[in-house]
Amino acid sequence: MLKDILKILENDARATPKQIAAMTGMPQMEVGKQIKQAQEDRIILKYKAIVNWDKAGNEHVFAWIGVKLEPQKDVGFDSIAERIYRFPQARSVYLVSGTVDLFVLVAGKNNHDIANFVSQKLSHVDGVKETITQFILKRYKEDGEIMESAEIVERQAVVL
Amino acid sequence: MTTQSKTQKHRKQHISRRANSIQPSGIRKFFDLLSSIDGVISLGVGEPDYTTPWHIRESAIESIEKGQTMYTSNSGMPELRKELARYLKNEYKVDYDPTNEILITVGCSEALDLTMRAIIDPGDEVIIPDPCFVAYGSCITLSGGKPVHIPTYEKNNFEITAKDIEERLTDKTRAILIGYPSNPTGAVMNRKKLADIAALALKYDLTVVSDEIYSKLVYGAEFTCFASLPEMKEHTVFLGGFSKAFAMTGWRVGYAAAPKEIIAAMTKIHQYTMMCVSTMSQMAAIEALKGEQESVTDMVEDYNRRRQVIVKGFRDIGLECYEPKGAFYAFPSIKCTGMTSEEFAEKLLEEEKVAVIAGSTFGKCGEGYIRCCYATSLKDIEEALKRMGRFVSKYKKT
Repeated sequence: MLKDILKILENDARATPKQIAAMTGMPQMEVGKQIKQAQEDRIILKYKAIVNWDKAGNEHVFAWIGVKLEPQKDVGFDSIAERIYRFPQARSVYLVSGTVDLFVLVAGKNNHDIANFVSQKLSHVDGVKETITQFILKRYKEDGEIMESAEIVERQAVVL
Repeated sequence: MTTQSKTQKHRKQHISRRANSIQPSGIRKFFDLLSSIDGVISLGVGEPDYTTPWHIRESAIESIEKGQTMYTSNSGMPELRKELARYLKNEYKVDYDPTNEILITVGCSEALDLTMRAIIDPGDEVIIPDPCFVAYGSCITLSGGKPVHIPTYEKNNFEITAKDIEERLTDKTRAILIGYPSNPTGAVMNRKKLADIAALALKYDLTVVSDEIYSKLVYGAEFTCFASLPEMKEHTVFLGGFSKAFAMTGWRVGYAAAPKEIIAAMTKIHQYTMMCVSTMSQMAAIEALKGEQESVTDMVEDYNRRRQVIVKGFRDIGLECYEPKGAFYAFPSIKCTGMTSEEFAEKLLEEEKVAVIAGSTFGKCGEGYIRCCYATSLKDIEEALKRMGRFVSKYKKT
């Protein structure tokens, strides 16, 4: 089933159709066909690696921007969100409940970069009433992966 | 005060007949060999490769921080027994009174040992399948009983049959000890075949000791709790634990659920030998039962994926492999090589640095098979299969 394939790929995007076929008992051709269809249907959007940029030594700064929107006649939240997510700096955009309407994950080379984006681009989008910027200081866990060393599982070599 | 002389003779120690009556583990030599080789991929480990889910660990840590470090009731914390009774009713449709029909033990291992000591008199016979978990025969023997091995075969999915049991019953038979899903074969018995055994228990007034430690690790098959069969609650000692389903092997928490007279006898022994299970382990067990169960479901799904990879992998390299529906062991046949299980395991370790357990370790009917645990990473499984493929190509006769 597609769900089984997706669960495997979400955990390891490098799993091949042959490996997935072995894990699910599905024929390999069927796995390949379902993956291709899921890509066409945009159920699978992209394959990526989770990178610990701090260890890679690259300067990357991220911030969560809470965005309050001004509801506008004939223009729903979706169209405002679209205007925001079209910016490449906006890595993730979510409609949320609570004190803000959108959460936007913004990436930049440094704090100044992000501050510029917020003040000169994001806050000027029609419908954006207020922004609250919170810089990410340290990533502990990303997408289910702990950034520091993983737990070491030590077992006896033989247990009957 | 005198010091011991360096020339003092070594004293011949007196060891009890009871201790001498059980054999040491048959794989001592293999284990020594394994210790001397680096870079081994071990498929010989009979425990999950997951650490205990965090919410369970956190609960135990919190209990330590709160100073919950005293003894508990001998039978186990009342809250744990109550939660367990609720869990067993929901999961397996069996009703046990937590006040007198459940005992919390130091792993399912202690539950097995206590059961034998509680119900077996010297000379009593206990039916067990062959192959089976190594502790079954030893626990029976230590209680003065006699294990009666019933052969099981791959062609019958390694299931013990009521017909075979009935042929071996004598007036000394006290109990039938079964463990399904099985270590080492991974076999799961269906309801109908268990019901046939239940009919024997009724007909001959026998106790069935059912080791269900792998009950949550079942793939595409229905698991039947033996005690849930009609009229079987009075005839069953239901053994279970937290080690496999909740990845809590090191915590040493298990349980027995049985008629109150048996539990009372087991509790009597337990109170003198163990006092109680570790308090913080019991706190962890409560959280395991009450908390989210998604981690169990996720683990089982993951084992299932690896199970399919390893079984297909064995078949692809030319080893016949019966499809295991439970636990986390595959039990492929190595008869095509003409070697004994021990020879195969030792040679494979020496030549390809892959550790598997000789099937003969688990009984005569395990000869010609190897037990391979797939509770290890896919990467290791794939590499082990590659190495075993080379090995089988080299030695396969047919």
